[in-house]
Amino acid sequence: MAEQIIFYILALVIAVFSIMAVTSKKVIRSATYLLFVLLATAGLFLMLNYYYLFAVQVTVYAGGVMILFIMAIFLTHKPGDEFKTKMNWKVKSSAILSVLGLLLSGYIVVANVTRIINYVSGKEMKMQELGVTMMGTEKYQFLLPFEAMSVLLLACIIGAIMIARKEKNNVESNNDLDK
Amino acid sequence: MGELLINTSGAPAPMLPFLIVSLIMFFAGVYGFFTRKNLILMLVSVELILNAVDLNFAVFNRYLFPGQMEGMFYSLFVIAIAACETAVAIAIIINVYRKFGNVEVDNIQNMKE
Repeated sequence: MAEQIIFYILALVIAVFSIMAVTSKKVIRSATYLLFVLLATAGLFLMLNYYYLFAVQVTVYAGGVMILFIMAIFLTHKPGDEFKTKMNWKVKSSAILSVLGLLLSGYIVVANVTRIINYVSGKEMKMQELGVTMMGTEKYQFLLPFEAMSVLLLACIIGAIMIARKEKNNVESNNDLDK
Repeated sequence: MGELLINTSGAPAPMLPFLIVSLIMFFAGVYGFFTRKNLILMLVSVELILNAVDLNFAVFNRYLFPGQMEGMFYSLFVIAIAACETAVAIAIIINVYRKFGNVEVDNIQNMKE
């Protein structure tokens, strides 16, 4: 029973804060609401007994990605900036579109999910099993995506540096200013 | 309907509430992506969508195929790809800010002057 109460609290937090994150007027508040949503999702992973996924979600998403977001907001916005939204009819039409999509998908989910409720109470996954699955080369093992991910991370680091670095003449003029 | 929302078989909740939660998160992200003008807030909406997909992968794995762990690994890879994508997108956004002075999409007419 306690688990169910906690689940519904987390579900309420996710629903409310994800809607507030896309309707808030201030950028930094929007990012903070996104942080709450990510942490509540980590809580849901914990309820499903995915402890490793919980740890990854908290460290990578709620830690790393949120720091990136907040640093980017600090670099590109003045404090207390309120930004303008799009035209009124655009907001309305996209709200209608989202609600229609929500209703359609919700109808499909509710109509189809009744026949597949069998929760097998999963035990905690062993770290050894997880590591073997991640590093194995057999069927249902994930060495190739894991290595592809490492190449992708390298490419992403190089790309981010290449994009965000300054042009050469800018660097020289900035160095002149420093002196 | 009652037995769909509350059951007593030891699970925190049946499958349906998890799916509804991730559905709300997903369509909040879609709405934000359509309405926002600010590049960083569009990125926030994309993160919401990706997070909803993560939750769906984990829930389907736990409820339908509890002996396997493909869903969990797909969630892990989606998280890694989302982190990469955020890093590159924020590099681009900072570059755009350096060129144009703000990060609103409608002010950006040409990518290279």
